[in-house]
Amino acid sequence: MVPIWSWGRLVPERVMKGLRGVGHQVVNGVWRLGYATRFFLVTLMRSATSFRRFRGLTFREIYFAGVLSLIIIIVSGLFVGMVLALQGYETLQRYGSSEAVGTLVALSLVRELGPVISALLFASRAGSAMTAEIGLMKATEQISAMEMMAVDPIARVIGPRFWGGVLSMPLLAAIFSAMGVFGGYLIAVVLIGVDEGAFWSQMQNAVDFRQDIVNGFIKSVVFGVAVTAIALFEGYDAPPTAEGVSGATTRTVVTSSLAILGLDFILTAFMFKGV
Amino acid sequence: MDRTTLDAWVGIFVVVGITTLFILALKVGNASTTFNVGESYRISADFDNIGGLKVRAPVKSAGVVVGRVNDIQFDGKKFVARVTLNVDRRYEFPKDTSVSILTSGLLGEQYIGLEAGGDSAVLKDGDTIKLTQSAVVLEKLIGQFLYNKAAEGGSK
Repeated sequence: MVPIWSWGRLVPERVMKGLRGVGHQVVNGVWRLGYATRFFLVTLMRSATSFRRFRGLTFREIYFAGVLSLIIIIVSGLFVGMVLALQGYETLQRYGSSEAVGTLVALSLVRELGPVISALLFASRAGSAMTAEIGLMKATEQISAMEMMAVDPIARVIGPRFWGGVLSMPLLAAIFSAMGVFGGYLIAVVLIGVDEGAFWSQMQNAVDFRQDIVNGFIKSVVFGVAVTAIALFEGYDAPPTAEGVSGATTRTVVTSSLAILGLDFILTAFMFKGV
Repeated sequence: MDRTTLDAWVGIFVVVGITTLFILALKVGNASTTFNVGESYRISADFDNIGGLKVRAPVKSAGVVVGRVNDIQFDGKKFVARVTLNVDRRYEFPKDTSVSILTSGLLGEQYIGLEAGGDSAVLKDGDTIKLTQSAVVLEKLIGQFLYNKAAEGGSK
């Protein structure tokens, strides 16, 4: 009988190396997840500064995360709504219910596309910028300098960015949905000539305040927290080199997009079960 | 950037965002009708079959929305569905009002229709309507039609 600790000698070295690689990846992943969670909790605990100096610190971040994202959100929302109306009309008119195109556009925007697409755009526009900024601050040792001056970088740099992103995201999603509905209106009513009264009244009958609009709002808040937390963590954790910052920026976009889509599935499963 | 310009932009952004949320709720959604019901009273009715009726479906009389379905329960003793309706307090209905489950359009959703009777006494909070008509189940209707056709064919 071979003792368990010498099994390694029976397995070829190449296989062992591969197995060690997998183990290292798993341990590393779990460690990073724990570190990210701790970072997130510390950010929450030290966010008193972001509210005490709301106008001085957080306003600036709302400007960078929210106001500067307005153009891309408005234009994309308009086009998504217009495409939905064109495609929806194409299908619905076969069943003689082209007035339902308003319902289709509004429900798909308010429930799904509004929060999800605006969060994806937010991640690639504002999230990547946050990561690059903080990563570069770390690479040029500005964060260490703050610590030397007894200024808490989490409270001073991370907290305001976090709250700026979290407060901007639901507003951006609402603007996206509203622009989408307007785009759908433009195509369906103005261009194609669907009856305007039926378009709005069928939409109002189908879209429920509690069920659809509040749930969509909750989704956008959750996505806002996820995207901003991921972006800030990746920036704070980035290796202080040019390569490290570029890698962290890429990881921000990839991880937060996956997080948005995964969270969206979980939230939808909870919110719209069998209704 | 100048501090006041930045403040102004953030202010515009927040105001526009919150306004669009309100527009979504009122213009796209049905918040205006949800919160506008005001005072209501509760009446109930027993149905043999409610079809696809759902909670919060509209209660209409003469095509006008006068209330909403509040609750649907199964009565295990009488084996019927007990539907509770919230009716706007502004409208009073006679005691012999009949209530039926109707469908808007061929494939639309189901709603409750109230048809007023001629009684001078009116329904009060907690009353039960006796005259009810269940939802039309399409399969039963088709089955009946086929049965009648078969009977016709047999008699010839």
